[in-house]
Amino acid sequence: MPALPDLVCPAGSLPALKAAVDNGADAVYLGYKNDTNARNFAGLNFDPKTMADGIRYAHAKGREVLLAINTFPQAGRVADWQRAVDAAVDQGVDAIILADVGLLDYARNRHPQQRLHLSVQGSATSYEAINFCQREFGIRRAVLPRVLTLAQVENVIRNTTVEIEVFGFGSLCVMNEGRCWLSSYACGESPNTVGACSPAKYVKWDKKPGAMETRLNGVLIDRFGDDEPAGYPTLCKGRFEVQGETYYALEEPTSLNVLSILPDIVKIGVSAIKVEGRQRSPAYVTQVTRTLRAALDSLAAGGERYHVKPAWQAELAKVSEGSQATLGAYNRPWR
Amino acid sequence: MTSNFTIPKFRLPGFVAALGQKLPQWPHAVTLTLGLNAALKMGLLPEGDLAALDDKLFRVRVHDTGGEASFTYRGGLFRPVFRPQREPDLAFAANLSAYLQLLARQEDPDTLFFSRELEITGDTELGLIVKNMLDAVEWPQLRLPLRGH
Ligand code: SF4
Repeated sequence: MPALPDLVCPAGSLPALKAAVDNGADAVYLGYKNDTNARNFAGLNFDPKTMADGIRYAHAKGREVLLAINTFPQAGRVADWQRAVDAAVDQGVDAIILADVGLLDYARNRHPQQRLHLSVQGSATSYEAINFCQREFGIRRAVLPRVLTLAQVENVIRNTTVEIEVFGFGSLCVMNEGRCWLSSYACGESPNTVGACSPAKYVKWDKKPGAMETRLNGVLIDRFGDDEPAGYPTLCKGRFEVQGETYYALEEPTSLNVLSILPDIVKIGVSAIKVEGRQRSPAYVTQVTRTLRAALDSLAAGGERYHVKPAWQAELAKVSEGSQATLGAYNRPWR
Repeated sequence: MTSNFTIPKFRLPGFVAALGQKLPQWPHAVTLTLGLNAALKMGLLPEGDLAALDDKLFRVRVHDTGGEASFTYRGGLFRPVFRPQREPDLAFAANLSAYLQLLARQEDPDTLFFSRELEITGDTELGLIVKNMLDAVEWPQLRLPLRGH
């Protein structure tokens, strides 16, 4: 069996980072408290001091810290993003996760020794795109968007020497990762412009007798009955009336969960498995990290005898959006 | 207590709520604000984010005990509000077990929200600030005995 992939877990706060490290993450990824990262939510993320504490904690236990600077520099403010790169290098993170080619170029030239990863927001789905970034910017790893089938992932791995990281668990951000403007349609702000999809200031949860309504800047996104599970207030997960029928036209509120195909993911040579959720709490990070660690370790120990334990599925189902799980694009018949 | 004791999901019987509603509501608010102010004093809550709470009215409702507490943050302190004159800026409602699970960091608020066990209404951004602020707190001596590891 090829080497076990690294388990890369999210940290939106110092307690979450510690939870990831303590529960078996090989690496944590995090962001600065500003719009240089795609989870720019109030109260979330790290300032230089908490980041230094976090790096110290992770390194003391031999784990890596990856810093996401994965939004696109806005016109007139490129220097802010470049400064974030400089600061990350100064702080001694193990790798910087970048999406913008201009920024990759800057990092490569200014800090040739720094390890760089290509963010999922960079939307590289082909080995040509990945090999281009390797040749031009020396990237060591690329995070694949959640749009490829397993066979397609394998094809990418066969044709590149860049390490490949894939998503293993978390809420789905469908389709055009790195290029989605749905949120701007409703409220004028999107992940790539302000670092957040559906910013909270536009979200309204309205409790009505027997139902709860979600609105994004006044646009009705969904209506949940009292016993229906809720989801995030993003347009992609809204229920819309299409030709007289109202349903989840773009995506159901579900979470990706790859436990059942973990042996295949390892077999094709994936280098790292990523867990989504920097916006979630330390409790979530603990539960998901612990579960995936157990699954990976059991795979390493048992090889062929690997099977998904019901307790793992139950733990992951509980924290899932919409309390449902899917294999996403990995096993989709169409491409 | 065993080392991996976890708080189960439970719901107190209906008569508890009926009784709770008849009791004066101020003790809850006082206890809650005392706790929050203690956390403030220990420097656990980040000053930068606290500014966002200024003059906001919060309400925490416990369905199955019928308890309710309103409070505000003003002049650097949390203060109970006994007779709120307006709708709160941010309101939480859940059963007691959900709050206990949250406090023990056993469940994630999003999880409880998705499963409709925790209701959050009002100013969503304020809710996110409060949630993230509490998530970022590194409780020092306050390790809850409820949860070993
Ligand atoms: S609308 Fe959906 S697909 Fe688009 S960025 Fe937001 S979460 Fe992702």
